[in-house]
Amino acid sequence: MARAAVSGGLNRRLTWHAARLAEVVEETPSARTLVFDVPDWPGHLPGQHVDVRLTAEDGYSTQRSYSIATPADGTRVALTVQRVDDGEVSPYLTETLVPGDVIELRGPVGGWFVWRAADPAPVLLIAGGSGIVPLMAMIRARREAGSRALFRLIYSVRTPEDRFYADELRTRARDDMGLDVGYVYTRQAPEGWPAAPRRLSVADVNNGGWPPDFQPSCFVCGPTAFVETVADILVALGHDPRRVKTERFGPTGS
Amino acid sequence: MDLFSDDYTDGNTLAGPLRELFTVDMTGAVGRCVHCGGEGPVAGMKVYAQAPGLVARCPSCQEVLMRLVRGPSDAWLDLRGTMSLRIPMPPE
Repeated sequence: MARAAVSGGLNRRLTWHAARLAEVVEETPSARTLVFDVPDWPGHLPGQHVDVRLTAEDGYSTQRSYSIATPADGTRVALTVQRVDDGEVSPYLTETLVPGDVIELRGPVGGWFVWRAADPAPVLLIAGGSGIVPLMAMIRARREAGSRALFRLIYSVRTPEDRFYADELRTRARDDMGLDVGYVYTRQAPEGWPAAPRRLSVADVNNGGWPPDFQPSCFVCGPTAFVETVADILVALGHDPRRVKTERFGPTGS
Repeated sequence: MDLFSDDYTDGNTLAGPLRELFTVDMTGAVGRCVHCGGEGPVAGMKVYAQAPGLVARCPSCQEVLMRLVRGPSDAWLDLRGTMSLRIPMPPE
């Protein structure tokens, strides 16, 4: 029996697309945002990611997953990539690739670690290092959709220089009504910061987050050990494990 | 292998590779472990990528739930440790 094809959406076969680098934004000394132009991009939800494939002239190819940093915007797909010194893909993306170059990309993929603008529940975002990327897509999408869901972000970084999107987050914390932004510095805090550098603690999550009674949606993204610790803290504080969504990207520094 | 190192990611990594095989997103599918009976989303599985292919382990008991190897002309999906997968589906 013939069935009408579902346009776009989930039933589209996942294929590799040519993605042309259109724009580069330096975020930190070791991270940059790459804005690709991907013809026929079907759109995406905040929190989704893409697989990037690089192929060498000898045919060797390798792929990595990167979170999308912005809400859907036509054919534009923005990734913020942190350079990993002994990495195979990130040095190429952060140092070699220049506007006009073409790589292969497929997606969007992932339907679990996503925030939907129609969801009115309060949201707690906890980022470790470059784990901020998919959470930033949610923060940006919230404003764009005119959502009034209450958002709190706790962002753990090594030093002030390691913060992604620092200026934008400062502006948004002032202008995006209902968005709170808090930082935890693990190696070096800014001048005059009230706390010495330290790891994210139960007190940070308890004070900077929402009470479990509010039934917030929690999104935690970062290095594996960070995510394990934060997820354990949230559950110990009484959050429903089903409302704690996590995304791990491996050992610290990878 | 040290199962308690942090040298793993999670089932979000499987989103792309599984979308090659399935027409719907599988990261939100809820799997049940053959070994311990634990239930959880595919996204929450512990995924080790150092092996040839991807090995997903149960976050509760650490046993292997599934393995996925993509060759040039075939994909091998071994679901030995997965009793069932409950897959969210749009209405027919």
